[in-house]
Amino acid sequence: MPWNLESDRPIYTQLMEQIQIMIASGIFPAGSKLPPVRELAAEAAVNPNTMQRALLQLESNGLIYSQRTSGRFVTEDEGKIMQIKNSLAADLVHKFLFKMNQLGYDGQHTKELLEKVMGEEEQNG
Amino acid sequence: MDSIVECRNLTKCFPGCVALNSINLSIPKGQIVGLLGPNGSGKSTLIKLMNGLLTPTAGEVCINGMKPGAETKKIVSYLPERTYLNDWMSVQNIIDFFGDFYADFSKAKAYDMLQRLHINPNRRIKTLSKGTKEKVQLILVMSREAQLYILDEPIGGVDPAARDYILDTIISNYSKDATLLISTHLISDIEKILDGVIFINMGNIVLTASVDKIREKENKSVDEFFREVFRC
Repeated sequence: MPWNLESDRPIYTQLMEQIQIMIASGIFPAGSKLPPVRELAAEAAVNPNTMQRALLQLESNGLIYSQRTSGRFVTEDEGKIMQIKNSLAADLVHKFLFKMNQLGYDGQHTKELLEKVMGEEEQNG
Repeated sequence: MDSIVECRNLTKCFPGCVALNSINLSIPKGQIVGLLGPNGSGKSTLIKLMNGLLTPTAGEVCINGMKPGAETKKIVSYLPERTYLNDWMSVQNIIDFFGDFYADFSKAKAYDMLQRLHINPNRRIKTLSKGTKEKVQLILVMSREAQLYILDEPIGGVDPAARDYILDTIISNYSKDATLLISTHLISDIEKILDGVIFINMGNIVLTASVDKIREKENKSVDEFFREVFRC
C-alpha cells in the first residue's frame, strides 16, 4: 500500500492513521511482526524519528506492542483490531454524510441514492 | 551533551551589512534540521562559520563543544554551495582522494551510490553535467560516517527522480546519533524528512520549531507557512 501524506496535517498523525488502516485491512495481521522503524520510514519517505513517534503512540493505544529485543508486533487482540476497524469505518461514513450534506442531500435522500447506486452495482457486478 | 551545534551571540558583519545579528541557537543531536530563509538571509554565512571558513565578528560557535578547526572537521561532513573539486580529476581519483583525507570515508558506500545513480567512476569531473556533478559531491559527503552533516543547497540542480533516491539515502544512511543540517529552498521536497526547521531572515533567527508543530498549529505545510511568513 502506498503512503499518501497530505501536506496540511501533522505527519505523525497521518502515519498513525495509515498504519491503523494497514492493520485493520490485514496487511499487518494480528500478532505479526512489523518491519523495523527505519524500513517503514524509508518506505513512507519520512523522518525515522517521526515514524518512531507514530509507533510509540500506537503502542500506548495498545494496538501494537514491542518486545525489547525482537521488535514490534501487532496486538493479538482481535477485538481491539475490530474496534479500530469499526471506528475507521464510522469516520468514513461521517465524512461521506458531511459531504452529501454540503451537496444539499438530507439523510433520507442520501439513503435513497445509496440504495439506488448499490442496486446498480449489484446488477453490473 | 545534547546539542551538536551551539551558537552564542554569534555575529558576523561584512562591510556595510550585518549578515548575522547576535544569534543564539542550539541544534540537538540525532535530528534532521532544515535551515530555511529567503535569499541573502544569512544561511550560508552561518554554515561557513560552523565550518571555520569565516570567523565571527563577535560571539562564538561550537561544534560538539569545540571551536571550528581540525578536530571539528573530522566529525563534520560539509557540502558547500559551490563545487570545489578539481575538474581534471576522475570520479575515481576523487574517491581515492577523499579516502586518504577522511578516516571515516567509506569507498564501498561511495561506489554503491555511484552505481545506483548510473555514474561512471572513470569520467572526469569536467565532462559531467551540472546535476551529475552535484550528485557526485553529495555522494562524497554522504559516504562519510560523520556526526554532523551540513548540506548547503544539496538538491537544487538534481532531477526529481534522483532527488527521491538521495532523500531515501539520507533517511536510510544517517546513523541515529548523527545530525543533518540542510539549507534549501525546496522545502516541499524535504519537509517530510525533517524533524525541525530553523527560519532565518535578515541575520536573525525568526523561528525554530518541529515540522509537526507547525502543521498542527498552522494547519498548513512548512512550505506554505514559509511562503506566508516571507511573502514579498
